[in-house]
Amino acid sequence: MGWQRKILRVDLSAGTAVAEPLNMEWANAYLGERGLASKYLWENMDPAADAMGPDNVLIFATGPLTGTMSSTSGRYAVVTKGPLTNAIACSNSGGKFGAELKYAGYDLLLIHGRAPTPVYLHIVDDRVEIRSAQALWGQTVWDTEGWLKSHHQDTRLKVASIGVAGERGVYYACVVNDLHRAAGRSGVGAVMGSKNLKAIAVRGNLGVQVDQPERFMAAVRDTHKMLAESAGRKELTECGTDAMIDSMQAFGGLPTRNFQEVQFEGADKLNPEAMTEVRPNGHRNLLTNKACFGCTIACGRIAHIDKTHFTIVNRPQYWHASGGLEYETAFAFGPVVGVDDIDALTFAGYLMNEHGMDPISFGVTLAAAMELYELGVITDADTDGVALNFGNAEALTVMAEKTGKYEGFGQILGLGSKRMCERYGRPELSMSVKGQEFAGYDSRALQGMGLGYATSNRGACHLRHDAFAEDMEDQSGAGKAKPIKVSQDKTAMIDSTGLCLFTSAAWDVPEFQRQIDAACEGDWPESRLWEIGERIWNLERRFNLAAGLTAADDTLPPRMLEDPAPSGTAEGKVCQLDRMLPEYYELRGWTRDGLPSHETLQRLGLEESKA
Amino acid sequence: MQKALLIDPEKCTSCLQCELACSHQHTGMFNPVQSRIRVFEFEHGARAIPYTCTQCEAAWCLHACPVQAITVNAATGAKQVDADRCVGCKVCTVACPYGTINYEAHTGKVAKCDLCGGEPQCAVACPTGAITVSDPDTATHAINPLLLGRGATA
Ligand code: SF4
Repeated sequence: MGWQRKILRVDLSAGTAVAEPLNMEWANAYLGERGLASKYLWENMDPAADAMGPDNVLIFATGPLTGTMSSTSGRYAVVTKGPLTNAIACSNSGGKFGAELKYAGYDLLLIHGRAPTPVYLHIVDDRVEIRSAQALWGQTVWDTEGWLKSHHQDTRLKVASIGVAGERGVYYACVVNDLHRAAGRSGVGAVMGSKNLKAIAVRGNLGVQVDQPERFMAAVRDTHKMLAESAGRKELTECGTDAMIDSMQAFGGLPTRNFQEVQFEGADKLNPEAMTEVRPNGHRNLLTNKACFGCTIACGRIAHIDKTHFTIVNRPQYWHASGGLEYETAFAFGPVVGVDDIDALTFAGYLMNEHGMDPISFGVTLAAAMELYELGVITDADTDGVALNFGNAEALTVMAEKTGKYEGFGQILGLGSKRMCERYGRPELSMSVKGQEFAGYDSRALQGMGLGYATSNRGACHLRHDAFAEDMEDQSGAGKAKPIKVSQDKTAMIDSTGLCLFTSAAWDVPEFQRQIDAACEGDWPESRLWEIGERIWNLERRFNLAAGLTAADDTLPPRMLEDPAPSGTAEGKVCQLDRMLPEYYELRGWTRDGLPSHETLQRLGLEESKA
Repeated sequence: MQKALLIDPEKCTSCLQCELACSHQHTGMFNPVQSRIRVFEFEHGARAIPYTCTQCEAAWCLHACPVQAITVNAATGAKQVDADRCVGCKVCTVACPYGTINYEAHTGKVAKCDLCGGEPQCAVACPTGAITVSDPDTATHAINPLLLGRGATA
């Protein structure tokens, strides 16, 4: 148990929805969520197929621990071929949608084809309907969720949907669930839009069982306690991820003005103190913290915007609480675009959730546009008359809205930084890997982060490895390959359990092992979990190679490799990717061209897979 | 000993560990729809309020039941439903002014909080202290926990 042992296969072209048994052989080899969905993707599509075409498969996947009492058990992943990167996309999210999908009886939901007209899925346990979404097409994520709840007269309905950005193919459109949690990265929302699928509304009444309840509850009790007592967990609860802004500022790894700089003079206007500061008029940005399903950390922020702020002064529809700033949103609407107005940042965050876009990719794309503007490559004639200078808070919110609604220059920003910069003949200004924008960490200051960005299978990402400790200790490229490789395998495993990566504030592999071993039938020694992580990583790599990517895509923009960091602890340094990458390939058991060797594939049981 | 759950919504993060624990205790499954404590969200998610039976003195459900299926557990003070006796007439659900005794279609009976025999699992699971077990001898016991003012702590 742990798994529901059932998947739902929806073919939107044919208009069918059929349940079938979960392939337990694959579940045993890939666990769930990210890993299992990657295996299903690999087996169900040609990796070379058009990401926005009907042959792409969009998978919503829960893990064996999703919906259980393990802390942070609300996770699900959306796995597909991503339009932003043309590589495998795996984006995971919290909130309450994932557990609900599991309670409806499904480990995975596979979506094939393309509906002839807009539709949404309504799932109540084994009753599945493909319904017309004509009334919803063109609506925001927030209005869609409200409409579905009232139309079905079910306030407990859980909804994952896309906004206009996803409908119109903004390359980094995301899938938003529960109003402000998102499968954020790699454009999975654009794939959903390409299938004419507006939303998935689910209610589950079937519950989840574990294999050995007593052992499981003992593991739950102990692991909850570890989280409760951990200092890292406490910081996440109290400050959210935004606490990182002060450390990155001090360290000199806070990407500023499109990564031209690594420290931002306005950082202290965006840190946790700024979020909790009571202003002269009594307003305070942060209202409270909020948990995702099953989560005993509760790092999520709920904030509101000062009603007198220029962004919403005449727009009472935004005078309510919603998801507040987290580190990545603070970075993407703050330092990287040079803005230090916390209300404007918070509003930009609202807009991302309302319209369904990845804040990281949007912010870093806007940063590139600002650099193009300041260089004179683009002018007011291109930008609908908006002065795209770094630091212009109004430009941030106006462009966020234009992109979300797919209007004017927003359509260009919707291309993502790589396509946009290529269009203007300045590809080097796109701060991305494989087309996906960097997160809020500079890879000259954090060397391992550079290797992690370069080799992440979904394009630049800070959540595909975890080598912060090593990176902060040693700023040379020496010895980075190992912690990156090891933590990549580990995060691939954690992302496949149904739990949140942030539990690693207190847990390591033994804690995941205890919970998996009690929840799932069979023996789950740590070595098996490590092997699963490595297998997933190599399967994703194979998908990308089959999709046409090569070792040449494992690189960083010249700014990271040639322009020394201008200040901070890494002043004068560049990212030593050329030193780290060959070592990494070797450790992975890959050839010098980045191809998994015959022995590696054999060792991981990947050989008999599709060619 | 008379017990009751003391709830401080101000501390609640809406994690639903209480619903998970309750459903597991009573059904052996993790299934929030079968939880006898329910967390409701208000104000666009800025506020979450756990809601369950307060074991009120008046015991409307108990008095309304035509077949005496609801009795007081002498050890804990919980008003509890004897499923063998319950005929599923739902009168108690109408009588309860708090809406915390509910009919379950799949069993044809009603279900309500029974304080888990004295160690309420929701309170054990709650990571924030939003749910605690009140002691009869403390001053707060006389106050309906749901009416406690904002910011009050147990
Ligand atoms: S366990 Fe506690 S914090 Fe979590 S939802 Fe229940 S009452 Fe709220």
